[in-house]
Amino acid sequence: MSGGNGHGLTLAEKVLARAAGVDRVVPGEIVEGNVDLAMMHEQGAQTVAPFHQMGAEKVWDPDRVVIAIDHWVPASTEGAAVLHRILRKFAAETNLPHFYDVGQHGICHQILAENGWVVPGDLAVGTDSHTNMLGAMGALATGIGPTEMAAVLALGRLWLKVPPTIQVRVHGSMGRGVTAKDLVLRVLGEIRTDGATYKSIEFTGPAIAALSMPERFTICNMTTEMGAKCGMVAPDQTTFDYLAPIAKHAMHPLRPDADARYERVLEIDLDGMPPMVACPFSPDNVRPLPDVAREHIKVDQVFLGSCTNARIEDLREGAALMKGHRVAKGVRFIVTPASTAIYDQCLKEGIIETFTEAGAVFTNSSCSACFGGNMGILAPDEVCASSSNRNFPGRMGAKEARIYLMSPVATVAAAIRGEVVDHRELL
Amino acid sequence: MQDVIEGRVWTLGSNVDTDGIISGKYLTIIDPEELKKHVFEIALPEFAKGARPGDILVAGENFGSGSSREHAPQAMRAIGVGAVVADSFARIFFRNAINLGLPTVEARGVRAIFEAGDTARIEMRAGRIANLRTGASVAFPPLPPHLLGLLDAGGLVEKVRRELAARKAATAPP
Repeated sequence: MSGGNGHGLTLAEKVLARAAGVDRVVPGEIVEGNVDLAMMHEQGAQTVAPFHQMGAEKVWDPDRVVIAIDHWVPASTEGAAVLHRILRKFAAETNLPHFYDVGQHGICHQILAENGWVVPGDLAVGTDSHTNMLGAMGALATGIGPTEMAAVLALGRLWLKVPPTIQVRVHGSMGRGVTAKDLVLRVLGEIRTDGATYKSIEFTGPAIAALSMPERFTICNMTTEMGAKCGMVAPDQTTFDYLAPIAKHAMHPLRPDADARYERVLEIDLDGMPPMVACPFSPDNVRPLPDVAREHIKVDQVFLGSCTNARIEDLREGAALMKGHRVAKGVRFIVTPASTAIYDQCLKEGIIETFTEAGAVFTNSSCSACFGGNMGILAPDEVCASSSNRNFPGRMGAKEARIYLMSPVATVAAAIRGEVVDHRELL
Repeated sequence: MQDVIEGRVWTLGSNVDTDGIISGKYLTIIDPEELKKHVFEIALPEFAKGARPGDILVAGENFGSGSSREHAPQAMRAIGVGAVVADSFARIFFRNAINLGLPTVEARGVRAIFEAGDTARIEMRAGRIANLRTGASVAFPPLPPHLLGLLDAGGLVEKVRRELAARKAATAPP
C-alpha cells in the first residue's frame, strides 16, 4: 500500500520513481530516469554520429549496453553491411563488450530476454519499437530513436513523461488452440492502435499469473501496436524462476500498490474466446478467426517468425501440427527462429527437419520477412498469413500486399491448407 | 526555433504509420539527402517531388505510429518541412522529431480546419494555429519548457553537447 498521503502507484509509476530516485511520481510529470539497460540494433548505426557530435568521449557504462544486429543478418545488402561495420567499429572504439554479432545473433528483444539483460525494476530502452516486450520482466522497457540513444550512451539517463496506466485484467482460461497471441490481438481490437498512446499497459489477473514468460513476452510485445509507451507484467515466481540462472544484474522487484490509480480498467474474459486474426491493413482490425476462415482467403506466403512469436515454444507447437502434413502447393512457408540459441534447440529436437521435410524453408535467425526489407518480400496483391506484429500497407513489401496476423499454430494450418483456416480443425 | 512558423499545407489522414512515411526497404539508407527522395512514398506519393522548404504537414490522429525509425522525421527535415501538426502523435515519432529539432505541434481539431494548399500560421509559445485562407484557428497547449528548450537548442545533439561541455569546463583544472 502507498502509506503516507495520496493513493498508491501503478507498476510503471513505481519503476519510474525508482529510476528517478524519488518516492513517487504522477502521470504527466516529466522525470529524468537513470537507465539500467540500453540496447541497439542496426538503427544504432545512426547513434554514432550524434554521439560524436555531442562531444561524448565514452559510454556511461559499457556493461549496460547491448548491441544485437537482427534486421539483415548476415548482411544482405551493401547498405546493411555498412551499418554493421559502423556498429562494430563503434563497439571496438568505445569498449562495448556485449555485441551479439553474426553467429551469436538473434532478434534484439529475444537476445535481451534469453540472456537476462533486463530484470524486474529496470528502466530499459532500445532503438526498436518492440522493446516493450521486455516489460514482461516487470521492467519499464520502451523504444527510442537513435539520436536519443546517443544521449543515453553519453549520460546514462533520459527524460520520460510519466504515463497514465491502463489495467488489462484477464481472467478465465484459454481453450484448445487459443494462445497468448490471440489474447493480445483481442486486447488490441479493444484498445485500437492509438488507444494507449503515451500510456502504460499493465496486465493483471489470474490468467496473466498463469502465463509462462514466453507468453508474457508475446503480449507485452504487441502493446507497441496499441501505441503504448510500455506493457508490463508485475514480477512473480514465474519471472524469478526464468531469470534466476541468467540475470545479468540485481533485480529490484516492484509491484503495483493495491490502491494504485488506473486511467481505465479493461476486463477480458478468456472463457469461450476463439482464436483471433488481425486483417489488412491494421493490427487492430481484429476478427474471430473462424469468421475470417469462412471467406477461404488463399495465401501465397506464410511466415512463422518475428520477436512476437518465434520462440522455441511457438516452433514446437507449430512443428507438432506440421508433422504428417505438407505445405500446400503454391505456398511459400518461411520459418525463422527468434535467436541462434532457439535455432540450435530446433536442430536438436528435429524441428528443423519437420519443417523442411514438409516443404517449408527454415532460415537463420533474424527479423526475416516481418519488415519487408530483407527477405520474404511480397509482390503486389499477394497474401501472407503471419505470426508477426504489423500489417500496414507496404509492411512486408508491396503496398497492395495483404497480411493476416495470427498465432504461430494458425500460420502452420494456413501453410497446410493454403488459406486462412481455423487451425482447431486440424488439431 | 522560430516562434511563428508559416507555410503551405499538405494534408494527411489519421494513423499514418512509419511504413507509410519511409518503408522498410529504405532503412539501410543513412544519408538524409538520399532518404528524402522516398519520404511519404506510400502515404502521400506526390509529396517528395512537390514539397518546398517550409511546407507544413497537417495530419489527423496518431501520426507516425509503428516503428522507432528516425528515418521518418529525418527525411522530413531533410526535405525542409517547417513543422508537423496533428490531432495526435505516436510517441516515438514525437520524441524523434523534437530530438531532431523538427517543430511538432499536437493540436486537437487541427486537421478539420485545413485543406491541402492552405497557408498555416503557428504561434509556438502562444499555442495557436490559424488557417490564413479561411481565418479558422485552434488553440493547443504549448510544449512544456523542457521541450521548447530542446527545439530552441536546435535539437538534442546541441543540448547534450552544451551539457557535456559545461561539465568538462567545471571539472577542468584552473
